[in-house]
Amino acid sequence: MKKFSLGLFPTLSICLLTLPATASMIPERSVLENGMILLTSEQRALPMVSIELLIDAGSRYDAPNQEGLANLTARLLTYGTERRTALQISDTLDFIGASLSAGCGEDLATASMTVLKKDLGTGLELLAEVLTESNFPQEEIDRQKQSIIASIKAREESPGDIAQRRFAATLYPQSPYGRPVEGNEGSVKGLEQKSLSAFYERYYRPNRTIVSVVGDISHQEIARALNEAFRSWHKGEPIAIPVPPSKIGSSETIRVNKDLTQANIVLGHEGVGRESPDYYAIQVMNYILGGGGFSSRAMNAIRNERGLAYSVYSYFSADKGRGTFELIMQTKNETALEAIRIANTEIRRMREQPVTEQELADAKDYLTGSFPLRFDTNRRVANFLAQVEYFQLGLDYPERYPDLIRKVTREDVQRIAQKYLKPEKLITVIVANQKKIGDS
Amino acid sequence: MLLTPPTSSHATQVQEFALDNGLKVLLLEDHKSPVVTFQVWYRVGSRNEKDGKSGLSHFLEHMMFKGTKTVQPEEYSRIIAKNGGRSNAFTTSDVTVYYATMSRDKIGIEIELEADRMVNALLGETYFEPEKKVIQEERRLRTEDKPVSALGEVAGAVAYMVHPYRRPVIGWMEDIQNLTRQDLVDHYKLYYAPNNAFIIMTGDFSAAEMLPKIKAAFGNIPRGSEPPKVRAEELPQKGERRVILKKEAELPFALMYYHTPNLKSPDNYALDVLSVVLAGGRSSRLYHDLVYQKRLARSVGADYNGLSIDPSVFSVTAQLMPGKDPAEIERRIDYLLEPLKSDLISDRELQKAKNQIESAFVYGQDSIFGQAMKIGYYEAVGDWRLMDGYLDGIRKVTRQDIQRVAQEYLDRDRRTVGVLIPSKEMAP
Repeated sequence: MKKFSLGLFPTLSICLLTLPATASMIPERSVLENGMILLTSEQRALPMVSIELLIDAGSRYDAPNQEGLANLTARLLTYGTERRTALQISDTLDFIGASLSAGCGEDLATASMTVLKKDLGTGLELLAEVLTESNFPQEEIDRQKQSIIASIKAREESPGDIAQRRFAATLYPQSPYGRPVEGNEGSVKGLEQKSLSAFYERYYRPNRTIVSVVGDISHQEIARALNEAFRSWHKGEPIAIPVPPSKIGSSETIRVNKDLTQANIVLGHEGVGRESPDYYAIQVMNYILGGGGFSSRAMNAIRNERGLAYSVYSYFSADKGRGTFELIMQTKNETALEAIRIANTEIRRMREQPVTEQELADAKDYLTGSFPLRFDTNRRVANFLAQVEYFQLGLDYPERYPDLIRKVTREDVQRIAQKYLKPEKLITVIVANQKKIGDS
Repeated sequence: MLLTPPTSSHATQVQEFALDNGLKVLLLEDHKSPVVTFQVWYRVGSRNEKDGKSGLSHFLEHMMFKGTKTVQPEEYSRIIAKNGGRSNAFTTSDVTVYYATMSRDKIGIEIELEADRMVNALLGETYFEPEKKVIQEERRLRTEDKPVSALGEVAGAVAYMVHPYRRPVIGWMEDIQNLTRQDLVDHYKLYYAPNNAFIIMTGDFSAAEMLPKIKAAFGNIPRGSEPPKVRAEELPQKGERRVILKKEAELPFALMYYHTPNLKSPDNYALDVLSVVLAGGRSSRLYHDLVYQKRLARSVGADYNGLSIDPSVFSVTAQLMPGKDPAEIERRIDYLLEPLKSDLISDRELQKAKNQIESAFVYGQDSIFGQAMKIGYYEAVGDWRLMDGYLDGIRKVTRQDIQRVAQEYLDRDRRTVGVLIPSKEMAP
């Protein structure tokens, strides 16, 4: 029952904060024999190892009518290899108390493992097997399809999810980024074993993979172990990267009627890619608008002053070549339009008036000062290193970050707000009991 | 065999101090990451509330952010943030906890702010009504529009008749509506005192440096009167109870709450192991059968909650696959529980469950915040030193123990069954 809970930053995009912790992170990088890129941070305090893999095998590669193929492939990784059945895999993992999970996003598939140091050998053997020898048994395909179709249904129980999906579909019409990674019931049912095998053969390749390892092992030791475990994995042919969506949906209000007590609201529009030089000024600006928890204007106006919502926040998520801006809140049906009006006012105010010196200083102090908090577990360090590599930020990124934030000026913030907040382009999604909302 | 200790239990390194005013201070140095977590735990939660006043502890938690004599409303969070920290608070049945995580050179700020609001919170009238609305929005978000949470709430209200665990922590909507500022003031005066609280600090600091800071900040706060004891004791359940919730949802959900003792009972270790045998990992009994083989459920869970001040429940939960009948899954769960009572599990299955618990114990030490939470829950229930014996207790669990606790506690006559039935009505 938290007073307040929100993801200050979305999970899919990289949103890094500042320094001092670098000294304890000591990242190292090398390219393995098969082309896999390895990042490590040696952490000897606990006898455990965390491994994170990013594989360039996301749903953006799904062909039309094959929506959900990338996701189904990722989900099936731990359900059968040339040497082990699904039950043998899970029983082996459970017996050593290790976790191994695989998932899929629009751009990347991911695999994560946590294992005790003494069982690392068994863990790596399994990890290599699922990435190089998955064999997609028909029976497992059928199971996973059922399970995915059930998740698609279950999602409809979450009004926040519904609002998110409608927003994405409106922003990115006819694009892989506008449809759910899971696909839809019809497309999932139609997926065939040969497509899964072909997708796996084509996209699951070491030269498309970043592996990040944090824990009780040195860079040299793990490099040797990975070279050994993945020796049969060979580079694949280069594959063209799909272009980011070019067609962007226009301003629109979308209403979804459901028997709810609360309206779930998403306001948003196109954002900017992670490579943009404006990325840092945007993070400062968004902190002041809605990213900064109780320090943010949106929280102050909507929650503190008027008691309209429990949770209000905004973020710019940034991936390669694309990004979104979203402001998210929930308020009882009856006050939905009022809350939307206030949010719009705050968005416009960011553009029209400069922020105060105090607001700017607070935002910079938080973003730079809270850096060590982003790396307080091995798992988080592993995620961070993988993202630094994926976005090509350089291992010195933590040293550079504070300056990138500190040099942002009030003028920058206003310029950035005018450039990247677009009130006339806002897509508004309201999932609610529409009868209680009334007309705008 | 895994049972050479993989790492020393950190509990042994906790340093305990007590101030003259009764405030207990628990410090655990851990230097692997340059951050410190500081937490104040008040021994008050919904367990201490009366009928008609549910949600009072949680409401007070919200109002604790509305300023003191020297700190402006909502200023607390801003001060922590601009010093590079993260802060929050939460309320459970048993405790109310305030915390911040930040760098070692800044944590002194948090120490002073927490000491200040232990005695000087204003709970200002101006902020009372707007915050009430915020809490009602929180309730809508967490419970009213979340079918599975709503089921948990009604099932809890049926599983307990006497004990305050029957009431939701956030409170019933009408109770929240009827709470007054005076209720909060009285609650604050009664429960927020150094002798009814304890401090936990974990992370990259030195006790020698921090203890004087803590004493300086909290040492002058006067001891409060002894808060009233909660004496409610749940009557032994005689016969199964059932509850059905019909609500707009997509998938049915089934839960079973079995009354169990808390960690003060030596059976707590076997109950923990039993929960892992049932639902720890994909190869566990319930997961393998219900999710994998029979495809009756989308997900399953088995959870033993020993870390509660008063006896709580062992829960078995399942979200059903589309079109499946809750009665069918209930029968299947009963069928799967039976062999745990009639037969011994294998040595390997026992070892597998213990290995999972031991590795989770190691992984848990990766987070200083997680460590602080663990120390706190043990201390709230009785004594943080109980942590010390945990792994030993788990290692000593036998196959016979598993059978015995399954027989004794997974008893249909002492359970509550709750079922969510999706009713797809369009909004009027």
